[in-house]
This record gives sequence, structure tokens and C-alpha cells, in this order.
Amino acid sequence: MTNSPQPEPAALLHIDWTRCDGRGLCTELLPELLARDEWGYPLARTGSAAGSAAERSDIAIPPALRGAAADAVALCPRQALKLTSR
Amino acid sequence: MDAALWAFGRGTGVVSLVALTVTVLLGILTRSGRPLPGLPRFSITLVHRNVALVACAFVVLHVVLLFFDSFAQLTVLDFVVPFFGSFLPFWQGLGTVAVDLLIAIIVTALLRNRLGLRTFRVVHWLTYALWPIALAHAIGNGTDGTSVWFLWLAGLSTLAVLAAVAWRVSARFVEFRSVRTGQLS
Amino acid sequence: MTVAELTGTARLFRAGSPTFAAHHAVYGSLPSVTAPDAPDALIDELRRSGLEGRGGAGFPVWRKLASVLANSSVLADSSGLANSSVLANSSALANSAGRGSSQRQPVVIGNGADGEPLSHKDETLLRQAPHLVLDGLLLCQAVVRASDVSLYVGAASAAAVRLAIAERPDALHVRVLIAPEDFVSGEATAVANAFEHGVSVPRDHIVHLSQSGVKKRPTLVQNVETLAQLALIARFGAEWFRSVGTASEPGTRLVTVSGDVGTPQLLEVAGGTSLRRIVDACAPLDEMPRAVLVGGYHGGWVPGDRLDSALSREALAPFGAAPGAGVIFVLGSGRCGLESAGAIADYLASQSARQCGPCINGLPAMASVLGSLAARSRDPRLPGELARLADLVTGRGSCSHPDGTARFVLSSLRAFETDVRAHLTGRCEVHGA
Repeated sequence: MTNSPQPEPAALLHIDWTRCDGRGLCTELLPELLARDEWGYPLARTGSAAGSAAERSDIAIPPALRGAAADAVALCPRQALKLTSR
Repeated sequence: MDAALWAFGRGTGVVSLVALTVTVLLGILTRSGRPLPGLPRFSITLVHRNVALVACAFVVLHVVLLFFDSFAQLTVLDFVVPFFGSFLPFWQGLGTVAVDLLIAIIVTALLRNRLGLRTFRVVHWLTYALWPIALAHAIGNGTDGTSVWFLWLAGLSTLAVLAAVAWRVSARFVEFRSVRTGQLS
Repeated sequence: MTVAELTGTARLFRAGSPTFAAHHAVYGSLPSVTAPDAPDALIDELRRSGLEGRGGAGFPVWRKLASVLANSSVLADSSGLANSSVLANSSALANSAGRGSSQRQPVVIGNGADGEPLSHKDETLLRQAPHLVLDGLLLCQAVVRASDVSLYVGAASAAAVRLAIAERPDALHVRVLIAPEDFVSGEATAVANAFEHGVSVPRDHIVHLSQSGVKKRPTLVQNVETLAQLALIARFGAEWFRSVGTASEPGTRLVTVSGDVGTPQLLEVAGGTSLRRIVDACAPLDEMPRAVLVGGYHGGWVPGDRLDSALSREALAPFGAAPGAGVIFVLGSGRCGLESAGAIADYLASQSARQCGPCINGLPAMASVLGSLAARSRDPRLPGELARLADLVTGRGSCSHPDGTARFVLSSLRAFETDVRAHLTGRCEVHGA
């Protein structure tokens, strides 16, 4: 009903590193977004230290992957993931 | 009619025990952070969860069917308060204890994302008490409890669970354990 | 510790004594900032002054105050949480906000925990000029209408702070909490954690503390030097503050100079002063130092032949350094930079709060590779591996410890580039063969 062309806020997957134990469920559910580092912890494929370091703890989720991201949040054995928006 | 109820009551009990055993094994496997061949990690978690719910459904059937059975002479009180049964009160009481534990574990598991990690985990550890109690109930109370085929089933299940627990407490249990220099507190 | 000044820059230690009488004689009474016709006057003055935080991050002070004020006036209205942007778990946050206006009353904390072992400015300020810090704290309380006001200080300054609080009736409500001497205990979320849960380790956050900090209340955490500077700006104004320093680095700042300069020294210097002037003021150098570490262990090395660089954000950016908390560590000409960097990297790895996987694993890995390089292991892959690990840990922790450590390690590779090449052939530019 609103006329203002508000762009949909970008969905972000936030990683709480104090909880993450690198169990690997999120990296299986979101292989397009997440790889695993040499210790098993999720590593964002986009965003690098050279770019914006913040993108590695708050990973932008394309609309097509929102369902998989919601599954990852629900299934994370350490409850280390949250969906947020910018 | 009574014979049919009795048979269903026994059968659902055995199926519950098998489903519980599979659940415990998958639970330990998923805790290690490893996939199975052809079964990714999130699938193990989902199968663990679904087999647990199947086990619950069979436990409910088992209890409800035996409630209507005239041999067992269960009262409503026996569903939740152990050791007051009229027939083999100790062995039946173990079944009641197992049901109470199962209710606590399932409810906290379903509410996991609301309760927070600590509550969920502490209650979930009770599974290590639930499983042997349920097994003892089956052997001590079941009509087939001491028959050869059931003792074989019970023995193999015990071996599998013991092996899984031994692996659980071993140093190389967690995937990447060998390359990680520190552990989360 | 005695405080030296470069010409005309003595501002923070003018009282000469920690007593309230001396403080009042020099600086006068605490100005009122709660005039009903201009409630945001001090915030405007701070914006004009250009004062930035002196704890390390250098965030504009007025912005933090304005943010805390905005978030506190939201009160029970949940619209403030619409910006908090939490889709999942938003109900939990909304509940806590809706519990009544008292839940949104701001908290003000003065942070005096010199987490950096090389920094002594906060401790010295609290011991020698505690009333200026208290002034700043009380002014912040008035501006954001806070209900709780506290000081988070190292054990060495606690007695002086308690004595100062007892001296003045307007500060009796200020709580004092002792900070442990860990590197990460002064990080802002660790400070909030200390007040809420009694553990001084950083915690995960999806919104700023100014929005949701101690017990989800808007929380203002300001370094104690920042508070003292703020107390001066409230009295003498932005123009006066900017009359010293440069346009981009206005005012004075406290720096702790240590390393090969004899005993560590604390100086109050004008913003933008050259590193050479600062180091010369402490110990006139016979020889060019090998390098100077600026900004602390999370900072960067400035090579000895580049000491004309100013203590400013722009001039230090090419070295991966920033004025930060004002730490300047002089590495003498007879010291190997890579050996010193290796020891610092070991220390930083040991100071991980051991909460985040990439930090727990990545920092010791970096320290170990840097150690091999310092020990002149002839493996040409070492520098590349170090850069790879530094990239791997950056941005992947709940606080800036992995990022800062990575920055320091990369700066060490850059500043001692020629020595890195020498070490890979088994030689050392300083120690020879």
C-alpha cells in the first residue's frame, strides 16, 4: 500500500564467533556463500580483508538463498547464526 | 482383542527401542561434526531429529495401547509416577522414568532456539541416562525381554552405543581436532 | 610517572595535584550544560571541536553522545528497534525494550583500562588529574540523562579515583569497577560485559553499544582522556580546543613513549606533532632508531628514516598505523625488528580471550610463522604464508583483536622488508651473519 519505492533491506547472515565451533552445517547449506577455513570455521566467499572486513561476519544473502540461510540459522548446533538486515 | 492389544504393545515397545538406539547413535555422530557417506551433516541432524520423533510416536502408542490392555493393569498415575505399578513395579517403573526423561528431552529440543544453548545441552545429556533405563525396562518388563532374539538385539545395540560413546570421549572425536590449536571455552 | 609537555601544550595536568582544591583553583567550577533552551549545546560544541576518542578507535565523540541520547529518548517506543534490524530473535529484543522506560535509561562508563602494556596515560591521568575525568563523566551523564555512571580502571589507579570521588559530593554516585590487566579487557564490549556479567571479555554484538549495551540499555563508553578533554571543551569551548594542533588533529593528546628511550615517559603533545620531535623530547637519539611502533601492539611500524611523519591519521595511514591510544615504542638501531615483532606476536596470541575459532587458531599460527622468519628459517614461502594467515583472520572475530594483530604482522613485513629478505638467506641486517 505504500507508494515510497523503499528498496528491500539487504538480508545479512551474522556469525557470532564466540559461539561458532566450526561444525560445518552452515557451510553445507550455503556452499554458494560459505567455504571452510583450515580449522573448519565458516569463511565468507565474498568480502575479503582487503575489502570490507565486516562482510565476513555479516554476510549478504541473495534473495534466492534466504530459505537456505533460514535453515542454517535453525539448524546451527551452536546457535551461532542470526538473520539481520542493514 | 486383548491379544491384539498385547501384541501391538510389545511390538511398539521394541520399535521404540530400536528408534531410540538409532537416535542416540546419530546424535553422537552429528556432535562430531562429520558427515556420513552420502549423508551431509545437516541431513544427519534432520534424520536424528526425525527418528527421535518417530521413537516418541511409538512410545506414545506403546503406552496408550498397554493402558487399554487388561493384563498390564496400568493406571494414569503409572504414566508419570514410577514404581507404583501392579505388575513388576520396578521394571515397569523404569519405563515410566524413561518416559519422563523423554518428555523433558523432547520438549527442550523442540524449544532449543528459544531456551538457549546451555539449558538445551544440560537436559539433552539426560539421554545418556534415558537409553540404558529404557533398555533395562525392555529386558526386565518385556514379554520378549529375555528371549534369545531380543537379547541379541539388545547386545548389539549396547555394543554400538558403547562404541559410539568411546569414540565420543576419544581425542580425535571432533573433526579438525588435530589441526586446531585451541579449544573453545 | 612525571608528565612532560612540549611547548605550550600543558592542558590536562595544569592542576599539578590530584586534590579537588587544586583542580578547582586552576579550572574553576563545573559548567552547567543542562540549560533548558539548549539541551544539545555541548554536543554541538564537541562537533565543532573535532574531538575524537582517545581509547584507540578514534570515533568522533559528539556522534556517540548524540547516538546514546537518541536511543534513550526512544523509551518504551519500539520504533527504535526497527533500526536494530534484527529479523530473527527480534521478539526477545523488543520485549526487553518494552519493559518500561527505566530499561532504556542510558549508562555512562569512563574507560581507564590501559589494556596496552605499553600505555600508561590512562593510569597517570586518573592518579594525577582524576577530577578532570570526573568532570567529563558528570557532563556526559547530564547530556545523555544517564542513571548509572561508572569508572572502569586498572587496580593501580583505583585508590586515587576513590579518594577523588570521596572529595566531591556531586560524584558520590560514581561506581568504580576494577579492570583486569588483559589486553582485550578494555575493548568496549568487554567493558559492557564486565558491568553486566562480571567477565571482561569481548562479546558478540549486532548493534552498537550506544543502542544496546549494559543490560540492553544505551551505553556510552568513553576513554578517560577523552572525558578530560571533553571537560576542558565544556569550559573553554571548541575554538580554544582547536587553537593547538592541526585542522585534522586538533587539540592535545597524551602519548606514552617507551622502548629504547630509557624509562617510559608520558607527554602531552599537540595533534600532528612529528614523531621525531616526540622521540627527541624523551631521549635525544645519537643514532637513527631502527623503527618506531605507533599506536600500540595493534598499530604499525614507522621505519627510522620516516620519523618526520606527523602523529596524525593521514600521515600514519601508509604505515598501517594510527595515533590510537598514543603508544610510541622506539626500537633502537641495535635491535632486529623481526625478533621484536615475533615476541609481540607471541604476546598477542597469548592474549586471545579464547572465544573465537579463527583467533584461537590463527594468532598462534601467525606468531609461529613470524617466529620462524625471525629465527632465519630459509623457507621462501614464509612471508606469503604470513600474509595469507593475516588475511584469513581479519574480520572474523567478535572484537578487533584478530584484525589488529593481522595489521601489526603485515606492518612488520612491510617495515622490515629488506631484513625479511636477508633473514630468508640466513643473515640479519642488524645481527649480521
